[in-house]
Amino acid sequence: MHIAEGYLPPLHAAAWGVASAPFVVHGVRALTREVKANPDSTLLLGASGAFTFVLSALKIPSVTGSCSHPTGTGLGAILFRPPIMAVLGTITLLFQALLLAHGGLTTLGANVFSMAVVGPWAGYAVYRLLRRFEVPLMVSVFFGAFVADLSTYCVTSMQLALAFPDPGSGVPGALAKFGGIFAVTQLPLAVSEGLLTVLVMRLLSRSSKGELTRLGVLVAGEKKEATVR
Amino acid sequence: MSRNARINTLLLLAVAALAVLPLVLGLGDHKEEPFTGSDGEAEAAITELEPDYEPWFSPLYEPPSGEIESALFSLQAALGAGVLAYYFGLHRGRRQGEERAKAATEDSDTATPAA
Repeated sequence: MHIAEGYLPPLHAAAWGVASAPFVVHGVRALTREVKANPDSTLLLGASGAFTFVLSALKIPSVTGSCSHPTGTGLGAILFRPPIMAVLGTITLLFQALLLAHGGLTTLGANVFSMAVVGPWAGYAVYRLLRRFEVPLMVSVFFGAFVADLSTYCVTSMQLALAFPDPGSGVPGALAKFGGIFAVTQLPLAVSEGLLTVLVMRLLSRSSKGELTRLGVLVAGEKKEATVR
Repeated sequence: MSRNARINTLLLLAVAALAVLPLVLGLGDHKEEPFTGSDGEAEAAITELEPDYEPWFSPLYEPPSGEIESALFSLQAALGAGVLAYYFGLHRGRRQGEERAKAATEDSDTATPAA
C-alpha cells in the first residue's frame, strides 16, 4: 500500500520527488534504447508491466489482520534491469494515483522511490548475488522478487517515520510503528509475490526461451535447469 | 498431469493458501474493522503521532463509492491479466505454428524423392 495523497509534508514530498526523478529519466532513456535495439522485446516489456498491474491491484489479507498488495516489480527488474522497471512502476503508480485515489500525486515521488527504485534495485541485487553463487535460477528469482516486494514497504515505513517521528521515541519509535503496519503485513505477501514471479518465470522459460537467453536470464546450453526445475 | 504442470499448480495453491489462511484463522478478529488496508492504518498512525496533521492535498479524482473503486481496481487487474494472457497465448500459438511448419516441410522433403 502506498502513502496516501497529502500524507507527506510538502518538504518531504518534494525531496522524494527530487530523489526519484533522475531514476525515472534514466529509466525512460534505457527503455527507449531497449525498444529501439530490440523491437521484439516490446511485447515482453508489456507483459512485465502487466504483471505489475495485476499484482498491485490485488489486495490480499495478511497475518496482521489487515490487507496490502504486492508490487510485481521483481520480474521486470530481473528481466530488463531496474532502470526500465522504474518507468513501468511509475506508470502503475500514476494510474492508481489518478484513477483510484490510491497513493497520490504529492506522494508520487516517495512512492516511486520505494516501489519503482529501491524495490527493483534491491531485488535485482539479491538475484544477481545469488546467481553469482550459482544458486538455481528459480530460487534466485524467488528471493529477488521477495526482496523487491519487502524492501519497498520497508522504505515506505522509513519515509513515514522520517516525516512523523514519535514525540517520545523519535524516528526509531515511529519506524517500529509503521514497520509493524507495512513491513510485517507484507511478509506473507512477499512470499506470494516470490511464488507468482517464479510461476511466470517458469512459463516464460518455456514460451520465450530465445528472449530470456538474449536477456541473460537463461544461459544458452543450460536448458536442463529451465525445463526441469 | 505432467511434472511441470504439477509444480505450477502447487505454486498457485500455495499462493491461494497464503491469502486464505489469515481469513480462516480469524487473524483480523482482534480488530474493530478486520482486514482494512494498511495504507488506512498508516493514516490512523499518523494522526496518532501528530494529531494536528491535516493532509494538504486531496486526490484530483476520487471514486464516488466503494463499488466504483473496486470496479476500477478490477479493471486494473483485468488489463494486466489480459496483456499477460495475450503474451502467453501468442507465444504458444507461434511455437505450435513453427512446429507444424517444420513437420510440413519434413513431410514434403521425404515426399519429393518418391514423386
